Amino acid sequence: MNPFLLATSIENWIDSASFWPLSVLPAAVWAAIIHTTLVGLFFGLPAFVFIWAERKVAGRIQDRLGPTRVGGRFGWLQSLADGVKLIQKEDLAPNAADVMLFRLAPYIVVIAAFSAFMFLPFSAGLVAVAMDAGLFIALAVLSLEVLGIVLAGYASGSKWSLFGGMREAAQMVSYEVPLGITVVIPVVVAGTLNLGEIGALQSGGIQNWLIFSSPFTFLAFFVFFTVTLASNKRAPFDLAEAESELVGGFHTEYSGMRWSFFFLAEYASMFFVSALGAILFLGGWWTGFSPLDNWLLSTAQSSVGGDYLLRVFGMKILMVKAAILVFVQIWIRWTLPRLRIDQVMTTCLKYLVPMSCFLFLGAVIWPLVLATTIGQTSIWSPVGDRMPRSRRSGEPEVSSEVEGDETAMNRWNSRDSLVTVGLSTGEAE
Amino acid sequence: MSTVLFVIYALAASGGALAVVLSQNVVRMAFWLVISLSSVAGLFFLLGADFVGATQLLIYVGGTVVLLIFGVMLTSSGPYGTIKSQPAEVVQAGIIGMAFLALVASTVLSVNWEANEVRLAHANDHAEHGHVHEVSEPESEQGYNPEESGNTTRSLGTALLGVRFDKDLSLESEDGSNHGHTHGNHEVSAGYLLPFEIVSVHLLVVLVGAAYLARAKRRVDVENA
Repeated sequence: MNPFLLATSIENWIDSASFWPLSVLPAAVWAAIIHTTLVGLFFGLPAFVFIWAERKVAGRIQDRLGPTRVGGRFGWLQSLADGVKLIQKEDLAPNAADVMLFRLAPYIVVIAAFSAFMFLPFSAGLVAVAMDAGLFIALAVLSLEVLGIVLAGYASGSKWSLFGGMREAAQMVSYEVPLGITVVIPVVVAGTLNLGEIGALQSGGIQNWLIFSSPFTFLAFFVFFTVTLASNKRAPFDLAEAESELVGGFHTEYSGMRWSFFFLAEYASMFFVSALGAILFLGGWWTGFSPLDNWLLSTAQSSVGGDYLLRVFGMKILMVKAAILVFVQIWIRWTLPRLRIDQVMTTCLKYLVPMSCFLFLGAVIWPLVLATTIGQTSIWSPVGDRMPRSRRSGEPEVSSEVEGDETAMNRWNSRDSLVTVGLSTGEAE
Repeated sequence: MSTVLFVIYALAASGGALAVVLSQNVVRMAFWLVISLSSVAGLFFLLGADFVGATQLLIYVGGTVVLLIFGVMLTSSGPYGTIKSQPAEVVQAGIIGMAFLALVASTVLSVNWEANEVRLAHANDHAEHGHVHEVSEPESEQGYNPEESGNTTRSLGTALLGVRFDKDLSLESEDGSNHGHTHGNHEVSAGYLLPFEIVSVHLLVVLVGAAYLARAKRRVDVENA
């Protein structure tokens, strides 16, 4: 991973645009500022919107109005009022606490939730760190969030917090197993861990989305969604902060900004796993309506800067999909009652793990079954054909669907040449 | 820039390790262990070994340390468990540590770094990236969206199945020190899939055995009662 990775992309863009001549160092500084601001917005803005949505949806589901006053009729600015209130509060640390760990724990949570966004492609090529192991690293970083919560529970010096932390640790360690397995299912179909490539693969119509690739991926999406509810400690799996039994769970002793850090991180990772689900299963940044995608691509290529606008449009689509998933998470929270801790563990170990193993096995066998029955490895067009592997010898030029996706195309071309050379030298002997 | 980051990560890794040894509070030890292990993951990222770094984060920091803290929480008798070492233990651990340090130092000193740097510079067109490549990579190679510089996942996956693009492609043009194999991959290893499976089945057996032992004790208690 190049340390200049963040800086160089904007730096090169400024260079190529050449309307704003800058030397290298200021450009790098500007790039760092712009990227940090953008990623920061993706950390902060979903929390801002979803906290309001949470209150509003909760109100509506419980036959109340929810916030109505702050910022107009619908209470748009309720989150801002909450934030101002939280900033004013005193930063307390209880006497019984292990003060160093108590103060550090919220930062671990925030850093983990925040840095996971580095690996999330918002659109074709719109990703801070594009890597082959992107999905793997994103999950690894996201799993660090647990550590902060467990430390917070332990360091608070309170029994409520300790119980919350213990529940969180037990729950997360178990739910990481089905999460990992369900995430691998679309990876098996796509044949890559690179989130950008998984997204690019689902271009074309809605039937190309990986959720519709086989009955197993269809079911895997719902298992994935259930597991992400638990891994974000959302109801009905929010045992770590069950206020009816544990006061506040792991954050009982926290106040002010440190308390709100936990919730910023929770809403940010809600958005993150929803966006991840949208990329893995729900077509990423594609609309799912191929004439519309094709029209957008053709207009984008004919206009100045259209390529960039197209990427931004793809980002909007991804965010809409993720927001819908977040809405479903909120909806479930205010509809279903909380499980008991033993029920949470049973759900995971006795139902979700075997289910995800079965789905994984099915998704692996599915192409073989199709190959023996209908002669191709997927029902609709073979998955590999949708990848922009153009300029390979003997294959036709790139199809219009994927032409806009230049970065993925270049990446694929470079890799394909490597693979082709490797295979051909092997065969030549 | 890489050097600065390397120094930061290396200092954090060794400082965290020292703090693990010197601290007496068990959970703080775990926290310092997190700092140390994450910095090692950072070093892996810096060397372009993304997959190994992510594995380090996922398994050690996200898994092992969480389980460690969980175990401390479950078993600790007081509010903050502490460990105080006996002087004899300090002496024993010190001797073992010094012996290991001597072993590592002698290994480091016996490596011919010059030759390796030359070899890595030769091989830097291909999937395996060393730190030499990282440093010497010209900035102009970065595109609009820079190519990922640690593309190790695919190489690792193919190596698991016995296909070594790095060896087959990059070293064949060098001298005869290549154990005689020329083009193609018909003389490379059979892959790491079988060892990997053996190790994972072994781990599974250990897990089942541990679960069985823990369970049997409880069953005996029930029968006695």
